[in-house]
Amino acid sequence: MAEIVLSGKPLAVSPLKVSQPVGASLAFLGLARAMPLEHGARGCTSFNKLFFMRHFQEPIALQTTAMDEVATVIGADGNVVEALRTIAERNAPDVIGLLTTALSETQGADIPRTIHSFRESCPEHDGIAIVPVSASDTLGCLETGFAAAVEAIIAALVPETRSAVRRPRQVNVLAPSMLSPADIEAIKEWVEAFSLHPIVLPDIGDSLDGHMIEEGFSTVTYGGTSRANIAAMGESIATLVIGPSLHRAADLLRDRTGVPDYRFASISGVEGCDAFTTTLSEIARRPVPARLDRQRAQLIDAMVDCHFQLGGARIAVAADADLLEATIRFLLGTGAQVVASVAAARTRGLADLPVDRVVVGDLEDVETLAREAGAELLIANSHGADVAARLGVPLLRAGFPLSDIYGGHARCLVGYRGSRQMLFDIANLLAARQRAVAPYRSLYWQGTPRDLEVVATVPATLTAH
Amino acid sequence: MRPDEIAALRHEPTCSHNEGPKAGCARPQPGATQGGCCFDGARNALLPIADVAHIVHGPIGCAGSSWDGRGSRSSGATLYRVGMTTDLSEMDVIMGRGEKRLFHAIKQAIDTYKPAAVFVYATCVPALNGDDFGAVAKAAQARWGVPVVPIDSAGFYGNKNLGNRVAGDAMLRHVIGTREPDPVPEAAMRPGIITHDVNLIGEWNIGGEFWNVAPMFDELGLRVLCTFTGDARYREVQTMHRAEANILVCSKAMIKVARALQDNHGTPFFEGSFYGAAATSQALRGFAELLGDPDLTRRTEAVIAREEAATEAALAPLRPLLQGRRVLIFAGGYKSWSLVSAMQDLGMNVVATGTEKSTEEDKARIRALMGPDARMIEDNDQTALLRTFHEQQADIMIAGDRYIYPTLKARLPFLDVDHVRSIGYAGYTGAVELARNLAVTLHSPVWRHARTPPSWTRQAA
Repeated sequence: MAEIVLSGKPLAVSPLKVSQPVGASLAFLGLARAMPLEHGARGCTSFNKLFFMRHFQEPIALQTTAMDEVATVIGADGNVVEALRTIAERNAPDVIGLLTTALSETQGADIPRTIHSFRESCPEHDGIAIVPVSASDTLGCLETGFAAAVEAIIAALVPETRSAVRRPRQVNVLAPSMLSPADIEAIKEWVEAFSLHPIVLPDIGDSLDGHMIEEGFSTVTYGGTSRANIAAMGESIATLVIGPSLHRAADLLRDRTGVPDYRFASISGVEGCDAFTTTLSEIARRPVPARLDRQRAQLIDAMVDCHFQLGGARIAVAADADLLEATIRFLLGTGAQVVASVAAARTRGLADLPVDRVVVGDLEDVETLAREAGAELLIANSHGADVAARLGVPLLRAGFPLSDIYGGHARCLVGYRGSRQMLFDIANLLAARQRAVAPYRSLYWQGTPRDLEVVATVPATLTAH
Repeated sequence: MRPDEIAALRHEPTCSHNEGPKAGCARPQPGATQGGCCFDGARNALLPIADVAHIVHGPIGCAGSSWDGRGSRSSGATLYRVGMTTDLSEMDVIMGRGEKRLFHAIKQAIDTYKPAAVFVYATCVPALNGDDFGAVAKAAQARWGVPVVPIDSAGFYGNKNLGNRVAGDAMLRHVIGTREPDPVPEAAMRPGIITHDVNLIGEWNIGGEFWNVAPMFDELGLRVLCTFTGDARYREVQTMHRAEANILVCSKAMIKVARALQDNHGTPFFEGSFYGAAATSQALRGFAELLGDPDLTRRTEAVIAREEAATEAALAPLRPLLQGRRVLIFAGGYKSWSLVSAMQDLGMNVVATGTEKSTEEDKARIRALMGPDARMIEDNDQTALLRTFHEQQADIMIAGDRYIYPTLKARLPFLDVDHVRSIGYAGYTGAVELARNLAVTLHSPVWRHARTPPSWTRQAA
C-alpha cells in the first residue's frame, strides 16, 4: 500500500502531465481512416499536433473547431457543425472523434445537440461515425483522456447486442496509452503465436508505427482498428485488458457484449509475461509454443547476467499511473529499488502500488525526491533530460513525449523480448555511470614525481613515415 | 483584451498594406485550420529571454504539450527552459480560484528560482473566467519587489502573429525604457573604433545561429544592447530605448516594437535578415548606413569582403551539387523572399514560394527576385502543397517543421527552416551549413530506395 502525497504547489514546474485532449486524440489516431477533432481554440490543436509529430515522427491527422473571440463569447456550437461538415467533405473519414477541451468545457458546449444539428443538416454524411468525448484539460492526464476516448468508442461503435455466435479464434485486446506501436506489434505476435486473431483497440501499432504507403501522404490515419472490426468485438471469445486505466472501458465492453475479460496490470517482467502467456494458452486451448519458452529462458538468463547492476540500484520513476505501475513492478522484479515515484495525476489505483509513497506532481518534485534519495537512474519522458543532467544521473526515456530521440515509438518494453531489452538498457545506463575509483597516491610515494610522468599523447597532425 | 485594443495591435501605419483588410482578421475555418494561437505567438516571442520565469496561467493543455519545444539557445541562464504553469484544475475554474493560485504561483517561482522578472501569459480559460491577472501581477510585484509583467494572450484572440504583437506591446508598456545601459566596459574599447549601440529585433538565436554573426558585431564596434529576444536578459530588454539604430529581422510581427522605438526615441530602423551571405552583408551595410559613420562603413566593407571570400571558397565544392536544382519554398512572411534570394545565390531554381503570412511588400520583393510570373502559394493545405511540388517538378521542399512528415511520407526531399531546429543557418558560416544540408538531402541514397518497389513486386508486375 502506498501513501498518496499531493504536491499541492500552486505552480507546476517542468510539467510531467500532458492534457486529456492529447490522450483522447491519441486513441482516435489508433482507428482506421479517423480524424480527431478538438473543440477549442486553434492553439490547443497546433500544440498537440506538433507534440505527436515530434513523438512519432509522422504526419498527424488532427483538426480544430478554431474557436475565436466571438465564438467563445457568443457560442461555438456553429463552429462544431461547420468543422464536422468541412472534415466530412475534405477528408471523408470513417470516424470523427469529437473531443472537448478546457475552453469549450468552461464555455459550456452542448456536444450532443451539435451532433444532432450536424446530422439534421448533413444527412449525406450519415455514414461517418462521430464519437463524442468529454476531455477537459482541467482534469486527469493523457492516460485518463485516452481511457475516456476508448470508453466512448466502445459506447458508440460496439453494438449492444449479445451475440450468440462466437468466433473461437478471435480475441479483443484493449490497449492503453502506455503502449508504443512496437509494444502493440509484439502483443499481436504474442497472441498470434497461439493461433488466435487479435482485434486491438485502439491499434496505434497499425497507424503510427511509421511505414510508407503507396499513396504517400494521407490526411487521415495510416491504419488502425477498422469500424468493422470494432463492431465485431462482441463476437470474440475473450477480451484481454492491459493497464488499470482501461477498467471502466472494459466494464462497458463486457456489459455490452458478455465477452469474458482477463485483466493485466503489466505484461512486462517474468511474472507479467507469464500471466499473459498462461491466459492465452487457456483461451486458445493450445500449449505454449516452444519459441515463447525460449524467449522466457533468454529473459531469465539476462536477469541473472544483469543482476549485479540492477540489484539494489536506486531508481526514480515519473509517469502516468499505468506506466508507473508497470515500471515499478518490473524494477522490483529485478531486485532494483524504486526510491521515488511520481504520477502525473491522481488515479484510483495509485494506492495499490508496491512502494511506500507516490507523489502526484511534476518533474521538479521528481528532481527533489531523487536528489534526497540519492537516485542513480531516472525513468521519465524526454522532459526529464534536463532534470537528469542536473541530478547527474542517466535517463531512461519512457512515456510521452519522447521528443529528443529517434525511434522512441519503435521501442518495445512488453513481452519477454521487450523486457529483456529494457533490462539491458537499464543495466548499460547504470554500468556507464559507475566511476572508477579515484587514484590515490601515498604520502610516501617513491615513484616518478607527477610532473615527470610519461604521458601518452596523440600527435596533433598525421605524420607520414 | 477589448476588440478595439486587438484592432489597434493590428494597425501598422508603416506597412504599405495597412489600409487593406487585415490578414489577422480572417476568421479561421473550423475543421480546416493549421497554425498556432495568440498565446503560442506571445510566448514564442518572449521565451528566449533566458533569466525570466515564464508562467503560463491556464489549464495543463496550454503548457503541458508545448513546453520545452523552443530551439532558442542561451549562453548562460537556463531558467527559460523550465516549464511553469498554474495547471488550473476543475475546482480552480468552478470556484474562481485562478487569481489566488496565480498570486501564490508567482511567489513560488520567485522563491525557488530567483528570476530577474516574471512574465505571466494569460490563456483562454482565465480570460473567459475574467481573472484580473493584470491586478495580480501588480500586487505580486509590489509584494515581492520583482518585476511581474502580464501578457494578455488568450488563444482565441487570434493567430500566432497577433501573439507576437501582444508580446512586443507588453514589452513596450512594461519593460523597455526602465533602465539605462551600463557604460561601455573599458576592455571593450579599442583605439580608433567608436562604439555604437544597436538592437536586433526579431532575432531568436535558433540553434545558436546568431553566434555565427555576433563576433562581427564585436569586431565592428557595434554593441548589441539587446537581441530581442534570442539569448537576451531582462536587463538588456530594459535598455532597448537607447540604441542608435535597430534592425528588424525576419519578422513583420515585431515591426511595432521597431516603430515605437523610432517614434518615441528617434531610433531609425531597417529590415534585414541573416539568411544567406548576400543578406548578411546587406544587414551589416544597413547598420553602417544608418549610423552614418564613414570609418565604420570602411571597416564594414573590409569585413564583408573577407567573409564573402571565405564563404565562396567553402561553397565552391557544393555548388555543382546544387546548381539548377528546383526548389519549392513554403515559409511565410519575410522568409518567403529572403530564402528565395539565398537559394538563388546558391544557383538553385526557385519554382514557387509560399506567401501565407507575407505582406504586399514581401510579395513585391518576390516578384523582383523571381520575375512577374512568380508562382506564389497562398493555401497552407498540405495536399495542395504536395500537388504543386509535383506540378513544378521540384527537387526539394524547404518549409517549416509542420510540413516535414507529410513531405517525407510523399518520399520527397525536405529541409526544415523552422524555429525549433537545432542547426544554425544564420550568417556566412550558416549559409555554408545550409548549402551543405541541402546537398546532403538532395543527394541522399534513401530517396532511390524509398521510390523503388521491392524486387519481388517488380517481378510480379
